This record gives sequence, structure tokens and C-alpha cells, in this order.
Amino acid sequence: MKAIYIPLNKVETGQTCIVQDLKATGTQRRRMLDLGFIKDTEVKVMRRSPLGDPTAYLIRDTIIALRKEEASKILVKVNS
Amino acid sequence: MHEENKISSSDIFRDDIVTSIYNRAKEISEAVVNAPKQKTLDWNNKLDDILTSKWTGFPIMLLILCFIFWLTIVGANIPSAMLSRILFWIEDKLTEIFIFFDAPSWLHGILVLGMYRTGAWVVSVMLPPMAIFFPCFTLLEDFGYLPRVAFNLDRLFKKAGTHGKQALTMAMGFGCNAAGVVACRIIDSPRERLIATLTNNFVPCNGRFPTLIALSMILIGATVHSPFVSFLTSGIVILLVLSGIAVTFIVSYILSKTILKGTPSTFNLELPPYRRPQIGKVIVRSIFDRTLFVLGRAVSVALPAGAITWLVANIMIGDASILNHISGFLDPFGIAIGLDGVIILAFILGLPANEIVLPIIFMSYLSKGAMIELDTIEEMRNVFISNDWTWLTCLNVMLFSLFHFPCGTTLWTIRKETQSLKWTVASFIIPTIVAIIVCFSTTRIVYWFI
Amino acid sequence: MGLTCSSCKKKSIVDLYHVEKTSSNQVIVALAGNPNTGKSTIFNELTGLKQHTGNWPGKTVTNAKGFYTRKDKEFILVDLPGTYSLFANSVEEEVARDFICFAKPDATIVVVDATCLERNLNLALQVMEITDNVILCVNLLDEAEKKHIQIDLKKLSNELGIPVVGTVARNRKGLEVLMDTVYNVCTKKIIPKPKPMIYPEAIETELQKILSMIEPLVPSGFNPRWIALRLLDGDTDILDKITHYTDCKGACNHA
Repeated sequence: MKAIYIPLNKVETGQTCIVQDLKATGTQRRRMLDLGFIKDTEVKVMRRSPLGDPTAYLIRDTIIALRKEEASKILVKVNS
Repeated sequence: MHEENKISSSDIFRDDIVTSIYNRAKEISEAVVNAPKQKTLDWNNKLDDILTSKWTGFPIMLLILCFIFWLTIVGANIPSAMLSRILFWIEDKLTEIFIFFDAPSWLHGILVLGMYRTGAWVVSVMLPPMAIFFPCFTLLEDFGYLPRVAFNLDRLFKKAGTHGKQALTMAMGFGCNAAGVVACRIIDSPRERLIATLTNNFVPCNGRFPTLIALSMILIGATVHSPFVSFLTSGIVILLVLSGIAVTFIVSYILSKTILKGTPSTFNLELPPYRRPQIGKVIVRSIFDRTLFVLGRAVSVALPAGAITWLVANIMIGDASILNHISGFLDPFGIAIGLDGVIILAFILGLPANEIVLPIIFMSYLSKGAMIELDTIEEMRNVFISNDWTWLTCLNVMLFSLFHFPCGTTLWTIRKETQSLKWTVASFIIPTIVAIIVCFSTTRIVYWFI
Repeated sequence: MGLTCSSCKKKSIVDLYHVEKTSSNQVIVALAGNPNTGKSTIFNELTGLKQHTGNWPGKTVTNAKGFYTRKDKEFILVDLPGTYSLFANSVEEEVARDFICFAKPDATIVVVDATCLERNLNLALQVMEITDNVILCVNLLDEAEKKHIQIDLKKLSNELGIPVVGTVARNRKGLEVLMDTVYNVCTKKIIPKPKPMIYPEAIETELQKILSMIEPLVPSGFNPRWIALRLLDGDTDILDKITHYTDCKGACNHA
């Protein structure tokens, strides 16, 4: 199956994906890298807040909540 | 400007440097850690499924909050009464000592009736509820539930230009606004932290609940504590709390668009694994760290204020006390916003602790030289009625109490946390302006229709 | 919050914590680690300061300083804000990094969570690039045991090149060993030799270029390789900071 890169916020709950690239720059980019969103890292979409945002992601054994604006800057490849 | 969108060379180096470090960390941990492949996150997951789901998340949150409230209010009644009795017994003994030593009555007035009585009042009203609320809150915190609350509510706060963690500082503010301000440390962005600090006071603290409950009973014209009455008064108090929360959102929104403008910073929230709290340690710690600490500050603000209140009520200029003069002076302003001079002055003198506002009001109306408490709702209503109160006055007092400037302890805490005089002053002015506007509008609207 | 340096009006990092050695028997130890690793529990247990620690990532504020004595030395323990890294993205990270780098503590303890070692090692590796005197404290071993996670601490120590101590701070397990290890590092009985981070070729080449330029200029006590790395990833403030802390050394650096 052909691999497509999509923003993390578009990944459905329960799915796992692999980080490919970050659209953020500067401080925001650094912050995301520090949280562990580097290339080839596995991320699992755990759940969405009852109000729709933020979403909880499992990355490197930690659950981090990201808002849609930030998650959209992380490009991933979904495991098919 | 285009620099922000272009990935710079240092960004690329940064990427590689961070990646190298992560890879090395992975290498090392793979070599030394022996872990089962199936991560045992299951029960954590299941718990989160319940606590943050669309259908059960919010109801559970509300239930927990209501339970803690209920426990605090009901559970504190008896200990408060007991403490009151003990401390006022001590006051009587002190008075005896003063009489024995033939001490001048003004000295007795300042030290015993002013300072000691105010201090005793604050302690007996504040200590029991805090000793219940803080441990409950700390248990939830240790358990790991609080980040989930921020997770559930963040969207609302995002719309108001702030952070989901503000929900927690507000929840803490229900116990005590000073503690709520300290709790603002959990918000990383200075801008958002400041907004949470400045608006914390719109959530009524434990000290204001007795006042609000008593006034709502008077408002509905009740004299007995029947279940129906309890139901109604709870309803009114809940409505007030909800308005406090609504105003918090509105003012946060306004602040984030005006004086505290800024783009929402990078959202920062980790949901840690649930942990069994060490109940014993938590209770001890929260009593010492939070309860006694806040109480200590409150008492140190209350003592001098008590002295001042006594002086103001007992020093005569002409044929009236300073208290009467000042409340007379404030009368026009007070009446304009639906209160009166005595009430305004009581709030001002009640700066150290919200609990003493009603006692000061009674002291003024009954021309007593010291703060008193009335035993029955009936008595209270009679005093109010004979001082020209209407249901509107009662409502306005409740609204003013809800929205006015923070108490002395909270202001002191804001100063310490923000390290800025400017923002401390702002935290005084902003709520006061809101309170004045609300009372004024309510009064005008009612007159319009009646 | 802190005193300002009289000659250049900038805040002194040491003064931010009001850390001063008043006698030669005193030793400064920094306590670093990710948020929520039980770092503050360790701080409380060692110093007896009753600061509340909730299960709430990121609550420490820049105010925690405590004391304990071990054998003949008095230890000033400074609890740094919990951070995920030292790349100075936020005030907390900047404070933590600046303290380790400029206040030159005699030892730095990095606390990691045994249940997510990989993520936590990130910070430890960064600290090891700034200073050699690092001790790794692997905490929350009881939580790890519940999850059937085992860690070979000896092997970890070999891999990293620094002493590693396992603890369960909640129960005070391992804290005596920790204090002894800290004592030994501060008195030079143990000399940690952190294995250097090797970067991909492209970076190493650039690093060499920068190093050859700055090496003669870097004041003593600073790791030139670390400074070169910071310049490479775009931190321009670092040069100002170094100038400040070295030029004004007499007036505001007490450590």
C-alpha cells in the first residue's frame, strides 16, 4: 500500500503511526523534538477529549496531550 | 518574516543533534532494560476510558466536585462550631485577665475585641473546611486525576485564550483563593498563568460560602432549615458559582485580547500514569503545607485588620464613630450601585478575610463596638429590614461578595507569586470594577422593570 | 527574585537560588530530572524540607534549596525545575541549564523514572555533555517492578561511564547509597568519566571547524565541545552568558 504522509491530528483514534517530518520551525519545532517527535518514532492515538480537543498521544511510553493546531504540524505515516 | 517559515540550517542541525541523543538513549536502554513486550498500560487505559469519555467524563467530574463541596460544607459545620466555642471561651478568659489587671478598656478593645476576636473568627471559620477540602484535592492530585480534568476542559479554555490547567486553579480556588493562586504555578506560559491568577477570585472560596448561604436563605424568606429550603438555597448558590465561572471565562477572554494579548503558547500537558496515593502522608502533608500555611498568612493579615476595625468603630469624632462617618460618606456611592455605605465599608474592612464581612455589617447596624454574629436567620433578616434592605440589596450583596477584590491573604500571595506590584494592583482593580458594574447593572435593570 | 550584578546589571544565576558557599566544607549539588520522576520526593527525603509533591508533572518552582550533612561535609542541595531537556525552550529549561553550566555545582544528580528510562535518558545525556560530575539516580523502581521491568544498573553505569544508584524514594530505599556516592564524587574518590556523545559525520565535521576557532577563547571550566554544539544549533545567547559569567566572576559568582 502506498505510503501517504498526513498530519497527526487526522489520524483516527486507536491507530498507530510513524513520525516523518515536522512542519513547525524555531521554538515550536525544538519543543516537539524534545518531546520525542523525531523521525521514525512510533505514536499511538489514544483518545480525544470529550469536547473534541486536545488529543492524547502515546509516544515513548508517555501520554502527551496535543491541541489540533500543534498535532497538525506533525506529519506521519499511518501503519496500514 | 520568511525566516519563520523557512527551516534554517540550525534547525537541521538541531534535528540531527536531538535525533542522535534519542538514538543513543534508545541504544542504551535496549541494552540494559528487560521489559515485557505487552505494555501493562491496560488498567490505566481502562480508567482513562471512563474518566475522559464523552458520556461519563463530565458527569463524573461534576459528581466529584459536588461531593467534595458537600463534604466540605457539611463536614465543617460541627468542627467550626466547636472551635468557635473554644476560642470564644478563651476570649472570655482573656477579658477576665484584663479586668483583673484593671487594664484600660481601649487596650482590651484593641487587643481582645479587635485583634483576638477577628483572628479567632477567621480560624474557626476557615480551618475546618480547609482541613477537609485540601486533603481531598491533594488525594485527587496524587492519584493523577487532575491532568485529566485539564484534558477534558481545555477546549473551553482555548476559546477564552488560556490553558486547560486553569480549570484546576479554579477548582483549588473553591477551597481558598490564595491556594488557587499558588496553584497557578502549574501553568507554564507566564501570560496564561497571569490570566488564571487575575481571574481566580471570581470563584467563591470557602470563606464566602457561609455568607452566600446565609444571604440566600434570607433572600428566599426562609426561617427554618427544611430540606426544601436547603434545596432552594443550594440552587441559588450553584447559580452564583456558575455565574462566577462564566465571568471567569469572559474576563479571561477579554484579558487575552487586550492587556494580556499573545498567541496561545505551546500547549503542555502530560497525562501521567495513575498512582495509588499514600493517604496518610497526603493528609499530613496537605494539612501542614496548605492548610496551616494559608491559615498562618490569614491570621497575620486578620490581626492588624481586627485592631483597625475596632479602632474605627470605637473612636468618636463628634457624636459618631469614624465608622459611621466613613459609611455615611460612602452611602451615596453604595446606594447608586444597590448597596449602602455600611456594606461597602464592611467589604473594605473585610479585606483580610471574607468571613468577617457579615459580622462587621451587624456591628455597624447595631452600633456595637465589636463584631458580632447573630444566631438565627430571623434575627439577621430583622436587622437588615430595619436598615432598609430589600431583596435587591440582598442580591447585590451576594453578587458583590462573589465578584469583588481578593482578600488580603490572596493579594499577598499574588504579590509573592507574580513578584510584581503592577499585577497585584491589577488583581485588585479588575474584580472590583466587575463587581461594581454587575451590581450597578442589576440595580438599574430591576428599576427599569419595576 | 535575585540580586543584580553591580557591574553589568544582569541577574546572577547563583543568586537566583541564593546559593553561596560560606565555608570550604560546603558542597553544592544540583538535582535535575524530568518532571514527575519523584525528584522532589528525593529532595524532601534528603533535606527534610516538607514541600508537597503531587502526581502532577511540572510543579517545582525556582525556590527549592535544602541542606543535609554527610560525614564531614555539608551539602547544599538545589532542586532544579523538572525539564524534558536542556535546550532552553522555556524559562524552566533555561534556569536548569544555566545553573548546571554556570553555577558549577560540585555534582549533579539526574533523576530518571525506571518505568520510562529511554525517554528520561535524553536529559541525562545532555547533562553529561555539560559537566562530568554526574550521578544517575534511577527512581521509582517499585513502579517498574509492578510492570515487570528490570534494569541492569551496573551495565547502565558502564554504558554511560558514570555512577548509577537505584532508589525507591517513597520508602527511602537507596538514599544512603546515593548520598555516599554523591560524597565520593564531590571528594574525588569517584571520578565519573561520561562516554562522549558521537554525532553523525556531518555534525562532527562542523563541530571540529567551530572548535578550532573557539577552543583558545573558551575560559577554563567550560566544555568547549558543548559550547560548539550550542552554537551549531543556533543558541546565540550562550556567548553573552559566558562573557557575563566570566567577566563578572569576581562581583557576582560566589560559587
